[in-house]
Amino acid sequence: MTAQTLNKIQQPIEQAYKPLTPFQLAFRRFKHHKLARVGVVIVAIFFFTGIFAPQISPYPYDKTSIQVFYAPGTLPGHILGTDDVGRDLLSRVIWGANTSLIVSISATTFCLIIGLVLGFLSGWYGGVIDYVVNRVIEIVGSMPGLLFQILIMTLLGNGIFNVTFALAILGWPGWVRLVRAQVLAYKNLEFMEASKALGASIPFIARRHMFPNILNPLLVFISFAVPGYIVGEAGLSFLGRGINDPVPSWGKMLADAGQYVSSYIYMGIIPTLIIIVIIIGFSFFGDGVRDALDPESERAAT
Amino acid sequence: MARYLLVRFFGFVFVILIVSFITFFLMYSTPGGPFDEKNMPLEPAAKANILKKYGLDQPFYVQWAKYMVNAVQGDFGISFKNQVPVKDLFLKYWPNSLLLGVLSLIWSFPAGIIFGVIAALKRNSFTDYFITAVALITSSLPQFAVIFFALAVFAVWLKWVPYGGWIDHGGSLSTLILPSIIFGMGTVGSLARYTRSGMLDVLGQDYIRTARAKGVSRAKVIFKHAMRNMLVPIVTLFFPVVTNIVSGSIYVELGFVIPGVGRFFLTSIFDRDYPVVMATVLIAAVILSVTYLLTDIAYTILDPRIKLT
Repeated sequence: MTAQTLNKIQQPIEQAYKPLTPFQLAFRRFKHHKLARVGVVIVAIFFFTGIFAPQISPYPYDKTSIQVFYAPGTLPGHILGTDDVGRDLLSRVIWGANTSLIVSISATTFCLIIGLVLGFLSGWYGGVIDYVVNRVIEIVGSMPGLLFQILIMTLLGNGIFNVTFALAILGWPGWVRLVRAQVLAYKNLEFMEASKALGASIPFIARRHMFPNILNPLLVFISFAVPGYIVGEAGLSFLGRGINDPVPSWGKMLADAGQYVSSYIYMGIIPTLIIIVIIIGFSFFGDGVRDALDPESERAAT
Repeated sequence: MARYLLVRFFGFVFVILIVSFITFFLMYSTPGGPFDEKNMPLEPAAKANILKKYGLDQPFYVQWAKYMVNAVQGDFGISFKNQVPVKDLFLKYWPNSLLLGVLSLIWSFPAGIIFGVIAALKRNSFTDYFITAVALITSSLPQFAVIFFALAVFAVWLKWVPYGGWIDHGGSLSTLILPSIIFGMGTVGSLARYTRSGMLDVLGQDYIRTARAKGVSRAKVIFKHAMRNMLVPIVTLFFPVVTNIVSGSIYVELGFVIPGVGRFFLTSIFDRDYPVVMATVLIAAVILSVTYLLTDIAYTILDPRIKLT
């Protein structure tokens, strides 16, 4: 037997006994979650469409024509038909994904940063910082969300940046609460004490010891927050307090279709179905992420 | 307890003052005003008179302070647009929102709990997977999309319900069936999920096994022993839902043309009817804060291990 063949036999054995990292375990759990598999495909399509909207959209989103009110499949070259001013609906749906993606990812990033910074500070230091942060959270938490978002949008005017701001400025308290709770739970454990005793700086502890322990619940939170902001943007645009024409937004497409419900129903059905499919995809995905990263909840859930 | 309530009360007053101040500030800084300058220009003197009549000539914080002093006494000002006290307008619109809310509550809460219990008892069966998936979907779908879809299917295509809703059809109860189903749908979904996971937690406890072992019937164990511990998750969800119902749903009221407070808020903000906007936000904030407090108190009653500090 040559050394080569021996190697060939040994390698798989070694691999088989290699312990899996927590991430690999989580990934394995995620793969076995049937709904999550559906979800991940939908989410991937959404991200792909959103990112590559300029490349894959067949027409510019604001190109009008005299070919108005063509239902899906009745006008060659326009798969989903055209709207009330002759704009290609497929292009508008694709660009709508772009808008949703920009708003939801920006709002998530904004809240994530605020959540990590304020959550860590108030959890770690306690005292005055914690008191002030908690009072501010209480105030923001008592603001009726949608009403305030509408107020803010009325003040600032429509636009992608303002929608993001309106969603984020009322959305951050939950993130801070989550991070703060995690920091409080881990702050006094032995490995933290040990690290402190060895002279680790606070930024180092935050990065090296705290962050990995916050990561899992944070990822679960993100996977539910992103669709939340997508819905938030679409909702505000639906109420006329979101994105400005001619930039497409699924919510606004739906609002525009409102007056044609009885005659050109497809105009509203297309964005409606897309919002519904995307949100279902995200919630399946989020459910899978939660079951994968949080074995505790999996035990309760299965 | 008395001390706790006192502290919470002062916190509540503080929060409401800040929230109302921010609201007032937001409205004050909003471009545009209650005047239609373009189509109906006013003499400067006439405009000054009107501004004075509504107290709009005073500094912003004075306006706010006056408003709050009056609001505490139940006077929310006079609507710019309708020229009647805001209170009267609320008394007119609120019952409609409440009716819709109550109609959606009375079916969605029992349904959510029942579905959750069924899913927990038939754990890992097809029924369980089905209920879990449907609950996940209904609790995450945005109301406005569901409304449009429902209108397209039931009003335009099947013609089971009238299109145009309440106003066109004189507020008959039949126009409220679809809105209350859609309004309650999200509640059913989240409640079913809460109930299911709570039920599974409880059913795994030793005292449930003991109760079964000493011969207590399955139904009695579920409804007497397990249910009592399920109340905490239910309460967690109950108060936010009640808040939703009391403050009205903008989307449902808009989609089905129901003259409720949510819809009224939206039209008022478009009309720059400041007193109405202010009153709506203020009342909603008060309800929200009070429900937080009630939730915390309910926890201590349901679970004596939770202490108020």
